[in-house]
Amino acid sequence: MSRPLPATLERGLALYRTMARIRAFENAAEEASKGGVAAFGASLAQARVRGPLHLSTGQEAVAAGVCAQLAPEDLITSTHRGHGHTLAKGASLARTLAELFGRASGFNGGKGGSMHIADFSVGMLGANGVVAAGIPIAVGAAHALRIRSRPEVVACFFGDGAINRGPFLEGLNWARIHELRLLFVCEDNRWSATTASAAMTAGEGALARARGIGLDGAAVDGNDVFAVFAAAGELLARVRRGEGPQLLHAITYRVKGHVSVDPAAYRDGEEVSRALEEDPILAAAARLRELGAGAARLAAIRSEAEAEVAAALSAAAAAPWPDPLAAYTDVQDSGAGRWLG
Amino acid sequence: MNYAQAACRALDRAMAADTRVVALGEDLGRGGIFGQYRGLQQKYGAARVIDTPISEATIMGAAVGMALAGLRPVVEMRVVDFALCAIDEIVNQAAKARFMSGGQGRVPLVARLPIGIWSGSAAQHSQSLEAWFAHVPGLVVVTPSTPQDNHALLGAALACGDPVIYMEHKELWGLEGEVDENETDSLGRARIVRTGTDVTLVAWSRTVHAAIEAAAQSELSVEVIDLRTIWPWDRDTVFASAAKTRRLLVAHEAVRVAGFGAEIAAEVAEGLGVRVKRIGGPRIPVGYSKPLEDQARVTREAILAALTEFDRGESK
Repeated sequence: MSRPLPATLERGLALYRTMARIRAFENAAEEASKGGVAAFGASLAQARVRGPLHLSTGQEAVAAGVCAQLAPEDLITSTHRGHGHTLAKGASLARTLAELFGRASGFNGGKGGSMHIADFSVGMLGANGVVAAGIPIAVGAAHALRIRSRPEVVACFFGDGAINRGPFLEGLNWARIHELRLLFVCEDNRWSATTASAAMTAGEGALARARGIGLDGAAVDGNDVFAVFAAAGELLARVRRGEGPQLLHAITYRVKGHVSVDPAAYRDGEEVSRALEEDPILAAAARLRELGAGAARLAAIRSEAEAEVAAALSAAAAAPWPDPLAAYTDVQDSGAGRWLG
Repeated sequence: MNYAQAACRALDRAMAADTRVVALGEDLGRGGIFGQYRGLQQKYGAARVIDTPISEATIMGAAVGMALAGLRPVVEMRVVDFALCAIDEIVNQAAKARFMSGGQGRVPLVARLPIGIWSGSAAQHSQSLEAWFAHVPGLVVVTPSTPQDNHALLGAALACGDPVIYMEHKELWGLEGEVDENETDSLGRARIVRTGTDVTLVAWSRTVHAAIEAAAQSELSVEVIDLRTIWPWDRDTVFASAAKTRRLLVAHEAVRVAGFGAEIAAEVAEGLGVRVKRIGGPRIPVGYSKPLEDQARVTREAILAALTEFDRGESK
């Protein structure tokens, strides 16, 4: 794997800022979710973020590096672990947090929450509660762009667990036979819920499977944001040139548990310690220092992100709840209503 | 014009009027295996009438993505039985995308999932699963019984902004009938196909034809209602008729247990306090051999027998 540097310090700092915002967001969401779900031995208590919360802590470089190569009009589909993709694609951090808080001012008006966060205005077509379900949707969106003679591309994020589901094969095959303008991004955090993906995956993984059907791509250190940025840029250039869909296999690590209340005690402590040493934000900071960024400037970016999240927390906590009757809207036009006799 | 041709003409008209309408599925370029897409790829090109791999999950999921990205796809699933390979994409994605996104996205698509016993095709090609989809908020479920309805209701489904589960019957493709191509129609409206005063008989899809024959032979005056749309079902028409006749029989080819007839019968019994009966298939997979397959059919004779039971029952 190559170790490219960003072309300019400003570009590097922008990537760093995106990662810092995602990290600050995830840390705050994690804190706000304590007691939010009864799972992994945790019991239900008062919590501002309800239900299972899947954190992308430690995986920020993938979202930041890929999305920085996309135009605002380009589309993405995401996963249950999708806060980073949402923020990196340009969605408002405050409205993302408001959605996690279930407030009317959230992107989905409280109807979706973390697992269904979407901001169509920045081309973010939705996180998804079902592993691999975003793949066919991304394929269809790219196919629609082809039919509509649109120049935009689609980036489809999915995890390492998704490559063992049928839609992975179906979707890659479809994209290949139609030569869609689509970048598949396997964000490989090496864990499928509480099971190590390696134990559940035959062969050489996502990229080898893609190459088996003639769909090329690249593997990259998913904790090196500059490497992700460079690789995504190269692959997206091929996609935009009409050379067919590509797959980026970005290898990172799920620092937290499957959901925020999962202590992940089933993992080898050394494995986690090693991963923490490879923290993508620390790594990016070290390399930016080599490029001439001052420590104060990097610290300022981190503290700006913290301040933005603090303001978003206050705003979300003060935001109005949805009208209960909103539960009956956005269902369907024909046959909508309560139908309770 | 037959039932398949009627649908083809409706789709042709919609594709001519709106470039956002596309069709995708297996074997469309050859016209579909029932001829329901005949000539469309030749007319509109392979970019809009899309031949797909045998990848049901991705056919359906891609249609959701197409709809979210501005198209109005028609999804060919061949038979409802195969659509079970795409159940996540129908139930978790198509039906819920609009709601989950807080109305940011909409999924205007028509998924064609033909139902019913297809003679000699056995258990995996013969199911009637309309009740499954009626149970899922977000979906519209349509079951045309005639060529006219297959033209007008497909047109209405294509104009509808919701995801529509459009369930033609596997043994009605060759049914001939008059079709007025200028007639427009609305979803959610039943049709009284025969008036009567003693019993209200509600049916849909192919069972409508058996119901009409049974009504003609019954000694009772039977009002036959073709429900046409399963969701939303036409409560007003059914209630008005049942209030008049004070007896309701629902007949369908789907397994009787937890069939949609149970919903209609329960609503009418709760709302009007009238006598209700249901007739449907036994709770068995459809067998291959004819004597076995016949056990699963809901025939004119079976409907007639159910009507006769009303006749023998207590007076209104």
